Amino acid sequence: MLNDHIHLSYEIVSEDFARAGEAASDVKRVLKKMNVKPDIVRKVAIALYEGEINMVIHSLGGTIDVYIMPNEIQMKLEDIGPGIEDIDKAMEEGYSTASETIRNMGFGAGMGLPNMKRYVDDLDIKSGLGQGTRITMRVIL
Amino acid sequence: MDNFYTAVRLEEGLCRGCINCIKRCPTQAIRVRNSKAVIKTEFCISCGECIRICPYHAKKSIFDPLASLNQFDYKVALPAPSLYAQFNNLGSTNLVLNGLINMGFDDVFEVSGAAEIVSALTRKYIKEHRDRLPLISTACPTITRLIQIRFPNLIENLIPIISPVDLAAHLAKERAINNTGLSPDKIGIVFISPCPAKVSAVKNPIGIEKSDVNLVLSMENIYSRLLVSLNEIKNKDNLEDLTMSGKIGISWGGSGGEAGGLLSDNYLAADGIENVIRILEDLEDEKLRDLEFIELNACNGGCVGGVLTVENPFLAKVKIKRLRKNMPLEKSSLTNYIEEEPYMYWSKEIEYKPVYQLGGNMHESINMLREVETILEKFPGLDCGSCGAPSCRALAEDIVRGQASENNCIHIVRDYIHKLSEDIYLLDAKKIN
Repeated sequence: MLNDHIHLSYEIVSEDFARAGEAASDVKRVLKKMNVKPDIVRKVAIALYEGEINMVIHSLGGTIDVYIMPNEIQMKLEDIGPGIEDIDKAMEEGYSTASETIRNMGFGAGMGLPNMKRYVDDLDIKSGLGQGTRITMRVIL
Repeated sequence: MDNFYTAVRLEEGLCRGCINCIKRCPTQAIRVRNSKAVIKTEFCISCGECIRICPYHAKKSIFDPLASLNQFDYKVALPAPSLYAQFNNLGSTNLVLNGLINMGFDDVFEVSGAAEIVSALTRKYIKEHRDRLPLISTACPTITRLIQIRFPNLIENLIPIISPVDLAAHLAKERAINNTGLSPDKIGIVFISPCPAKVSAVKNPIGIEKSDVNLVLSMENIYSRLLVSLNEIKNKDNLEDLTMSGKIGISWGGSGGEAGGLLSDNYLAADGIENVIRILEDLEDEKLRDLEFIELNACNGGCVGGVLTVENPFLAKVKIKRLRKNMPLEKSSLTNYIEEEPYMYWSKEIEYKPVYQLGGNMHESINMLREVETILEKFPGLDCGSCGAPSCRALAEDIVRGQASENNCIHIVRDYIHKLSEDIYLLDAKKIN
């Protein structure tokens, strides 16, 4: 990783829906300046947006770090809780723990994590109740 | 033709090198260098925003002068639907059509008539391509250019049907050849345009090899001549009915009109270039689902908001609504006017033009972007535009591309001068002691 990479970092604030998506748009803007194929830009932007929204809805806040390297893009999403109780269940399409209010806002369809998995080459989740969540996504260029 | 042609030009003598246009340009295509605005044509989408904002009228759209009509033996006028919205108390679009004949044209062919055919083709196209929804309108050439340079993922959503003006030109030329027996080069097909984007699209076509339009006149430029002509004929009885379009066709002149012609509610229509960019971003991120059709117009209000129009776009929309009142739904459609033919579709692929890319490969781009970030830290982040670039980031990128230097930033120069004068003062003080 050393020097030949770009590191982008974003602070995610819990329940700040007005700013949700800013990290994903900024990463998209940067990728369009680079020699990344359009469909990969799209994959990264969508996966990151889903992850960002998840953090805004469910977490108590956290950070997103994106590393753009010549051969791959890594996205690390880390929040401070409340954590996912059953990761396997959370990965199922349509499963959601979002509140009625969140659903009325058009979120919480239970597609967040499944979509993230679909759009990236590798997704790793570490979480547990009361522990916060760490997600690493990799897209190979 | 040049890959990056634009009809937008600078009249150097009038330009004072202010920052209005560089700040307004939605694609950051303009820089001020040596106190004059310079358009980086590969970024220009011919939207005309710089023409609108320039307080010194230094930005212009090129178009053909009225006198250039004389080179043709037979002249056919193609009025854009927005033209009807420029006049008060018309009563009927037919007055404008007869006014154009009275002005010296041999024939008229309503672009709104061709628009009704495009509407019919679009309805059919949407039905047959449900796997590629939502489909995006290609009637506004500025939008297609924007997608081409900035939203490559949406190129496959573009509807590959030729624009109403190109279809009108094709049909008008055919009709003129049949009616007169003249050779095609003696026939002038003359579009009356509300915007520079249509001028650019005629000179450098999108999706087709060549447009059948020979000349493009500016609405603003012929306005007074046409007004005089309308007054000459307005009291005449039995004007020949030259109209070819109904409600669907003339509604294309305002935002939402094209979408209305699809006779479906499952559409979105957005106008104004900044709004359009937001919609395209969301479309690219697949945030807008369950829509069939997206109509996008670069100008506020749609074509009636074109920078070469005369009337206020909001009033213009009211006028279109009034004109529509007594019209049939449509007059020209695929079934009762013409058969579908291959020329009505694009024959050339739309290629992605990655003009924003910094380096030639990933390593180069990474290094250049890192350099941009390093340079950015030296700038104050005011985005003041005094350097001639629209933002500090844009200047940093220009420097990395080798097109500008750090000394273009007046804040850096000012700090340098401060430091220099301090050093001289200290040096003097030492000498005195």
